[in-house]
Amino acid sequence: MVQKKTFGSFVAKGIIWIIVIAMTLSCLLPLINMVAISLSSSNAVASNQVGLLPVDFTVTTYQKLLNDSQFWASFWISVKRVILGTAINMFFAITMAYPLSKSKFRFPAREIYIKVIIFAMLFSGGIIPLFMVVSKLNLVDTIWALVLPGAVPVFNVILLINFFKGVPDSLDEAARIDGASTLTILTKVYLPVSLPALATIALFSIVYHWNDYFSGLLYMNKASLYPLQTYIQQLTVDITQITDTEQLKQLATMSNRAFNATKIVVSTIPLLVIYPFLQKYFVSGIVIGAVKE
Amino acid sequence: MAKPRTKQHKPYVGNKKERTTFHLMLLPGMIMLAIFVFVPLIGSVMAFQDYVPARGIFGSKWVGLENFEIIFSFPDSVQVFWNTLIISFGKLIMNAIIPVLFSILLNEIGGKFFKRTFQTIVYLPHFLSWVVLATVVTNMFSLEGPINAMLGVFGIDAVQFLADNQWFRTVIIGTDVWKEFGYNSVIYLAALLAIDPGLYEAASIDGASRFKQIIYITLPALMPTVVLMAALNLGNILNAGFDQVFNLYNPIVYETGDIIDTYVYRIGMVEGQYSIGAAVGLFKSVISFVLILSANSLAKKTTGSSIF
Repeated sequence: MVQKKTFGSFVAKGIIWIIVIAMTLSCLLPLINMVAISLSSSNAVASNQVGLLPVDFTVTTYQKLLNDSQFWASFWISVKRVILGTAINMFFAITMAYPLSKSKFRFPAREIYIKVIIFAMLFSGGIIPLFMVVSKLNLVDTIWALVLPGAVPVFNVILLINFFKGVPDSLDEAARIDGASTLTILTKVYLPVSLPALATIALFSIVYHWNDYFSGLLYMNKASLYPLQTYIQQLTVDITQITDTEQLKQLATMSNRAFNATKIVVSTIPLLVIYPFLQKYFVSGIVIGAVKE
Repeated sequence: MAKPRTKQHKPYVGNKKERTTFHLMLLPGMIMLAIFVFVPLIGSVMAFQDYVPARGIFGSKWVGLENFEIIFSFPDSVQVFWNTLIISFGKLIMNAIIPVLFSILLNEIGGKFFKRTFQTIVYLPHFLSWVVLATVVTNMFSLEGPINAMLGVFGIDAVQFLADNQWFRTVIIGTDVWKEFGYNSVIYLAALLAIDPGLYEAASIDGASRFKQIIYITLPALMPTVVLMAALNLGNILNAGFDQVFNLYNPIVYETGDIIDTYVYRIGMVEGQYSIGAAVGLFKSVISFVLILSANSLAKKTTGSSIF
């Protein structure tokens, strides 16, 4: 009896391992396939021979990419956008979250401000009126169109409010008794103890700005001004123009698939570089931000 | 939300100088919200106009609810509304079941190293954009791609998944679950850690098998979190995933795959029917707003937790 039970649980354990490994591989293998395609000859790609390992290993697409000036122009626009956009997001997140983390006795107007920003988070006028505002302000075709409409990251503000609330009041009190000004308390007391939370929201901003393709599509009239994701989107997924199955088949077998895969792989490298940090901080970010009593 | 932490001390009431500083700190952010959220909100009155760009908001003719009547008389927009609901509900249900299943199974695996390696890998797709993943998905589901190759082994004819109205929604739901299940499982893994180990010990002394322990201890313990997440996602039911659908669909599958957001984009931005597009957008915003508020208070009532 005992042996039978052990055997049963052994099988159960095996099944669990198989399912978990299968689910994990389902996330990994398609990405490895992309890398393999980027390193294969275009003939091998066109005839669908490439699986998890490159076929006719070659780096020609990577060499070609080095000379692709539009790709690097877009890459640079994305880098600038990430730096500028994240800096702006951090500025607004900190300046808004600090006063709003104080009690209503200390800052009675906070109640109104909180209602305003939650309303702003939940209700949007939609893309059409927003587009008109951006174009009325003459921001179209400038990098500001990519960073200003989302300058106040409301979700991150709320996350940071919750974190600041957790900072012991005694720290604030001690600094106050020493005669420190509000701004000094924020920069010298609150920010240094909030580094994990600040890292979390900075990473959220970086990922958002790096991955967003839609503002580029909406606000940039010239392809030369596209950030990287918009550029790739236009290259690879321009299937909205396609109206019949035949064309879709052609697109799937086009020989520049290897080149597109190379662009995708290279565009993903910056995210992989920050991925260890992302993993370290985003779990705490979810826990602070998603559920709160 | 603003209840003082401790009631025994008299709360510090601050001073006027500090409050002025607080207002000044909030000012720039409020100006940005005013420009990029509240002005567009006022601008959405164009939903009640026959908006002509040359005349602007103030010069265009007011038409009352005519745009809304036009929308509801289009068979297209009714279909779009249904597509949105079907895709959203599919995602809502599968995005609850699969992450719970995955977190329970992962929890059964011993060995920190493997656990952490698996987690590192399954979180990855969440951080990649739909632009990148659309290429990956198109690749996987293409006529000569790996999925069809696997089906071929079982003698099933190849399917043009992304250009087939029978399959498109399933692919959309499935690939969304694939992208997000790792990330969604984070919250359940955290909930699993909070279960009192004493419960399992007592159960195993009573002779309950591991499977029974999962059914009678783990699942009930996860239920409040599942309900909370589902309630909150219910508020987002009209967001069926613009980025994903936009990057994967094509005119062949508009019939089953076109959702409210992609429809607004095409009608408003591509075809230039600003008023109709804005009307659909406003309609969606209002319903979403009501849904999110009700979902939030529902979550607060049933589980004691909420977003705000």
